[in-house]
Amino acid sequence: MSFITEVEVDVTVDILPSWALDPVLSVEHVFMRFGGLVAVNDLSFTAGRGDITALIGPNGAGKTTVFNCITGFYKPTQGMLLLKHGSGDSYLLERMTDFRISAKARVARTFQNIRLFSGMTVLENLLVAQHNPLMLASGMTILGVLGLPGYKRAEKVAIERAKYWLDKTGLYSRADDPAGDLPYGAQRRLEIARAMCTGPELLCLDEPAAGLNPRESAELNALLLDIRGTEKTSILLIEHDMSVVMEISDHVVVLEYGTKISDGTPSAVRNDPRVIAAYLGVDDEEVEKVEEQLDEIIAESTP
Amino acid sequence: MTSDATVTKHGPDIPAAVKDAVLAGVIALGIFGPLVGLKTEQNMSNELVITTRWGLVAVIVGIVMAGRFLLTTFIWPTIAVRKQRDKAPPSAGRLAFLASFKKWFPSGSLVFLFLYPAIVVYLLGFQGSLKWVDNFGIQILIYVMLGWGLNIVVGLAGLLDLGYVAFYAVGAYSYALLATHFGLSFWLLLPMAGILAALWGIMLGFPVLRLRGDYLAIVTLAFGEIIRLVLINFRELTNGSAGISSIPKITFFGIWSFDVSAPNNFAKVWGLAMSSAYYKIFLYYLILLLALLTAFVTLRLRKLPIGRAWEALREDEIACRSLGINTTNTKLTAFALGAMFGGFAGSFFAARQGFVSPESFVFMESAVIVAIVVLGGMGSMIGVALAAVAMIGGTELLRELSFLKAVFGDNFDPDQFRMLFFGLAMVLIMIWRPRGFVSAREPTVFLTERKAISGSLVKEGHG
Amino acid sequence: MEIFLQQLINGLTLGSIYGLIAIGYTMVFGIIGMVNFAHGDVFMVSAFIAMIFFLLLTTVFGITSIFLTLIIVLVIAMVLTSLLSWTIERVAYRPLRGSFRLAPLISAIGMSIVLSNFIQVAQGPRNKPLPPMLSGTVTLMEKNGFAATISYKQIMIWVVTAVLLAAFWYVVQKTPLGRAQRACEQDRKMAALLGVNVDRTISLTFVMGAALAAVAGTLYLSYYGVVNFSDGFTPGVKAFTAAVLGGIGSLPGAVLGGLLIGLIETFWSGYFSIDYKDVAAFSILAIVLIFMPQGILGRPEVEKV
Repeated sequence: MSFITEVEVDVTVDILPSWALDPVLSVEHVFMRFGGLVAVNDLSFTAGRGDITALIGPNGAGKTTVFNCITGFYKPTQGMLLLKHGSGDSYLLERMTDFRISAKARVARTFQNIRLFSGMTVLENLLVAQHNPLMLASGMTILGVLGLPGYKRAEKVAIERAKYWLDKTGLYSRADDPAGDLPYGAQRRLEIARAMCTGPELLCLDEPAAGLNPRESAELNALLLDIRGTEKTSILLIEHDMSVVMEISDHVVVLEYGTKISDGTPSAVRNDPRVIAAYLGVDDEEVEKVEEQLDEIIAESTP
Repeated sequence: MTSDATVTKHGPDIPAAVKDAVLAGVIALGIFGPLVGLKTEQNMSNELVITTRWGLVAVIVGIVMAGRFLLTTFIWPTIAVRKQRDKAPPSAGRLAFLASFKKWFPSGSLVFLFLYPAIVVYLLGFQGSLKWVDNFGIQILIYVMLGWGLNIVVGLAGLLDLGYVAFYAVGAYSYALLATHFGLSFWLLLPMAGILAALWGIMLGFPVLRLRGDYLAIVTLAFGEIIRLVLINFRELTNGSAGISSIPKITFFGIWSFDVSAPNNFAKVWGLAMSSAYYKIFLYYLILLLALLTAFVTLRLRKLPIGRAWEALREDEIACRSLGINTTNTKLTAFALGAMFGGFAGSFFAARQGFVSPESFVFMESAVIVAIVVLGGMGSMIGVALAAVAMIGGTELLRELSFLKAVFGDNFDPDQFRMLFFGLAMVLIMIWRPRGFVSAREPTVFLTERKAISGSLVKEGHG
Repeated sequence: MEIFLQQLINGLTLGSIYGLIAIGYTMVFGIIGMVNFAHGDVFMVSAFIAMIFFLLLTTVFGITSIFLTLIIVLVIAMVLTSLLSWTIERVAYRPLRGSFRLAPLISAIGMSIVLSNFIQVAQGPRNKPLPPMLSGTVTLMEKNGFAATISYKQIMIWVVTAVLLAAFWYVVQKTPLGRAQRACEQDRKMAALLGVNVDRTISLTFVMGAALAAVAGTLYLSYYGVVNFSDGFTPGVKAFTAAVLGGIGSLPGAVLGGLLIGLIETFWSGYFSIDYKDVAAFSILAIVLIFMPQGILGRPEVEKV
């Protein structure tokens, strides 16, 4: 008997994917119920440090709900969400309130329907994102009201940081315009810049390419790859645009009806018949074929 | 019936306008006929009897019909034409004028405010200046200060507070009670009143700030009413509806007193003729400085992270939380700060009146202050000040209409019409400028160029 | 027991009046999301209209049948108050529709000031007492010299409230107008695209709310026998409290909330202190909203992220 276990251990180490070795986020057995509706059903996955992890699935699969659980807007009914910083600090996200997740665990996010401060300028949006460090620098406002120089210096640093992100997102020339006046694609980029100004460990993007034209979409890919490359920020994204998903992500998790149906590299997921079935649906004559394939897979995975 | 139907290129459609005016007349007759035409009065045996005033009804209906006719044939088409014209960008001259106006208006009006008592005294003498310094100067400045204080809560943080007068009351009663019972000085009690009001703000704010939009408005209204009702009913402490009288006057920083009997009376010390004008002028400068303090702090805060967080909160609360901003604390600071300035104004009010009673803190006061903030343009300091001048100054001017007694008889009380016109002005200004006098927002920071943000982009807050 | 029964009867009577006013608030809030602050004063004006026509009918026209008088007064008050409310909506609210959220609220507060001051100017600031009418009572229970009684007036108030609420419920649930109203409540733009005349529907909502407020005004006048120009604010705020308590937007909620507020108020004054009865009503409003913001029968507001 002992020899069997040894073999098993060997096998698991062998096939352990890269993202499981040093995960920035581990989602373990998360459930989210709304009354009778189970929006997320026993979901477990890991997002590797420095990876771009994509969360895909048909409409209503529960992707945004997962995001809301990670960023604290919802409390998961059950399950664990563990975030690990590169420094070794770790946080149990399901126990933290939304603003603490952003402030302490350093998880930043964007929204499916853009949520900018539309009546404030682009620059102001980026300064609001640096609220917590600036608040400290202003001595919780008291020193700031008195006009002490410490805050002025901190604000200069914050503006420099904002300029850096304005440059990266190509919004420098619009810094003094109200965010609500920007065209749609620029608003998407500004939301990413704003999230990055919080200095996140993990950046969660909810459909960043939605409504972008092909050129903007390509620019977005470049921006995300740059964030991963230069900033070393891990990215978790929800996306419907498969060109974005396949081109830039290192790891794809597929949801359907709140359940994970596939998890792997983009090429592995692309060829997974369950994903194809979930996404495209299947013609009547193909049903049998798909079912056969499914049976095979089930037979393989349960020895 | 609709306004655009009459806006044709061939001039107004007279028959339709006449028909429209007649319909308006019929409606006016239905509304004003019984309420104005049949006046009920009590006779000697306390029974109600009806006296008819059909002539007055006819006049009112006539005015409504004529007004409606003019509106459809003349005023609306003119407005429509002007709107078309305004769509074209304003000329360079006009822009330059606006820019220089924006630059010079605040400092110009500041100079005027500091010189105002001197001007009035020069023109009318000390006795003649009393009314102008007190009823107009001080009265308006109290509302400017209250408006600026509430502006932090409603205008910046976007929290609709309909119970602001409660903090005004806390400030007023703090000063009234502590000064009459313990004889403490105004200069000690002023900061204390502010702190007490802020504490009340936090206490009331903490449970209610989770609520959103109109719910917050209605709970703050309820708290305002609760505080007023407690002031009425907690007679042991507050002396109930009778209020607290002989509240001590403010001293000139303890150096000179304005009490007639005091040995260090201001007029006596300086060998001047006795007059209450000195005290009023002193109060004028005091409230002016308090209001300016409010403005200074608000302007400073707007450029600090807390001020930006307030405005961000007004724009989108969820986005704020996603950026790590503790929205509860942020809202509480806005609430507490607004309450603090309300408390300052309240203690000044108590000292100025020498008497406080729950009558001064009815819901209508809160409504007037909210109206000043919204009419001025949420978040705009200049706008709020202008609205306070227009609404409070305007209604104070109506008090001066006592000559109308000659027209309408001795029973005519212009004071009643004062609030009627106040209400009408609120409705008309909202229809004219739904976003208030000054709707554009000034950004707090800029890289290359400070551009005003159009009011249509600025949100009004939901919580 | 007698006190309990008596306060129950009084509370239900007062609650019926609050409920009738609350429907106006809840309907307008449901359809255009606006707190119609002037509604309390519309109620007060309706009581004045009822008072004037009651006097006119009894003293000038010499009608002696109290029931006939009340019915005529009720109908006239409903018609004229509806006209007033329709006009207010047309003049002060419609131009502001779809603009800044606070603009209609400020306009409504302005309108509330206009109405109460208009009545003060037109009818004078003093109380308007009517001669007592329908003064009979039915004794239900008597012990130790304290009797629990129902007056004919209270019975009349219950009957009128029940009949009109039933009629109103029928209109909202079963007629095309009611369907249009519910459609506008869900999505005004879509309703307009499907051919619902949105402006007309909103106008009619104001008219219906005002008609019920007029019923409340007439009943209030006949119950207390006196009315004053300042009587709009407190019942107005309490009725709004009732609407919120019951769950704003919900019609049965408004009636339930009204009854609850009426009961809280009378029981508080019966058992504790009459001075603090309004404090009790407002405190309960605050407590309910803090712990149950959607009210008793309202739908919970889901925060969409």
